[in-house]
Amino acid sequence: MFVTDAYGQETAPSTEGGHGAEAPADAGHAAGTEVPAAGGHGEGSFPPFDASTFPSQILWVAITFGLFYLFLKKVIMPRLAGILDVRESRIAKDIAEAGRMKGEADAAVAAYEQELAEARANANTIGQQSRDNAKVEAETARKSIEASLEQKLAEAEERVAKIKATAMQDVGAIAEETASAIVSALGGKSAKADVATAVKSVRS
Amino acid sequence: MATPDKVDPIHQFHINKIVDFHVGGLDLSFTNSSLFMVVTVVVAGAFLYFATSSRALIPSRLQSVAEMSYEFVANMLRDAAGKQGMQFFPLVFSLFMFVLVANLLGLFPYFFTVTSHIIVTFFLAMIVILTVVLYGFYKHGLHFFKLFVPSGVPAILLPLVVGIEIISFLSRPISLSVRLFANMLAGHITLKVFAGFVVSLSAMGGVGIAGAILPLGMTVAITALEVLVALLQAYVFAVLTCMYLNDALHPGH
Repeated sequence: MFVTDAYGQETAPSTEGGHGAEAPADAGHAAGTEVPAAGGHGEGSFPPFDASTFPSQILWVAITFGLFYLFLKKVIMPRLAGILDVRESRIAKDIAEAGRMKGEADAAVAAYEQELAEARANANTIGQQSRDNAKVEAETARKSIEASLEQKLAEAEERVAKIKATAMQDVGAIAEETASAIVSALGGKSAKADVATAVKSVRS
Repeated sequence: MATPDKVDPIHQFHINKIVDFHVGGLDLSFTNSSLFMVVTVVVAGAFLYFATSSRALIPSRLQSVAEMSYEFVANMLRDAAGKQGMQFFPLVFSLFMFVLVANLLGLFPYFFTVTSHIIVTFFLAMIVILTVVLYGFYKHGLHFFKLFVPSGVPAILLPLVVGIEIISFLSRPISLSVRLFANMLAGHITLKVFAGFVVSLSAMGGVGIAGAILPLGMTVAITALEVLVALLQAYVFAVLTCMYLNDALHPGH
């Protein structure tokens, strides 16, 4: 599009240039609008306003700039855009990767902490259980020992009572014998039955 | 004959034929101006081509320069004309690079400054204006004339405003081309005048050489200034191109 513009441009001022080329014969008439030239001479005029050079300059700037434009558009700019795109996508990818890794690390830390908490809770319950078990066992052991001791005590008391009872029984018989012996020694005659009632009355 | 040439500050703008070439009465000779157009295009093209040839992910210095100029122009165009304007990116980028390299090459001694000729800058300006006009009518048809009718202007003032808008539109190719041409021309004449003082003063012997130090310093300083002007004028040309292209895309203001 641009190159054709350039050539379109070229045709218009080039007619001007044609006038310029004829102008010097006219001694500064055509140049007078633009160039306050000293001699009206092509060489003597101010070079940038020397219209005779315009066609050549327009042609060559159109060619060089046109080629430059095409070269930049077709070669340089796609390449630069590619370089910048690759860099941008690489940076974006790396940032995403870093974000993903950070997420993974955070998840690992969370999992570790949860496991730690669980293990701590487990340890607590195990400790509590074993403490409770030990307490229960100790209690039962104590109770059984107490029961057996009580039983033994009761047995012993029973035995003591039995011994005491037999002993007391023997005391009555001994007392009757002793009393009847005493009575007979005193010369009296006593009925066995009387002595027994007497002893009984005393004892009771 | 040799001496006035040396001091004549206009001499550097003379166009000399290298290869004579006439077609139907038109002088289409290959001149020193044409030669430096070719040099400009080859230098700019070769620089961009070889700087980006490695397509490195991490750019070298030269590749950075090429990328920076590319992105600089891309941002300029996107800011001025929006996403739609990017279809003109090749045009704006090649205009910017052409003007920039032509301006900078012109600063070398004995080099011809392509952009110091009004016809060259006018040609470049006309490319821009014709693109704006043709694309404007192609895209918007007769609505393109809205460009001359700003919205929200009272009816009484409208004829005046439309007149001013038309004049400002018509003066655009002139202001665009004259700005670049005049800056280059004036800078190079100033440079040549001060450099000429150094030559003519030092020709006078001891005192003259001592006196030449001041214009020599001025020449150095103006050279630095001219580098700035070369960059700035390429930038201004590209920015204005972007703004005019924005008019072609959005004529309603």
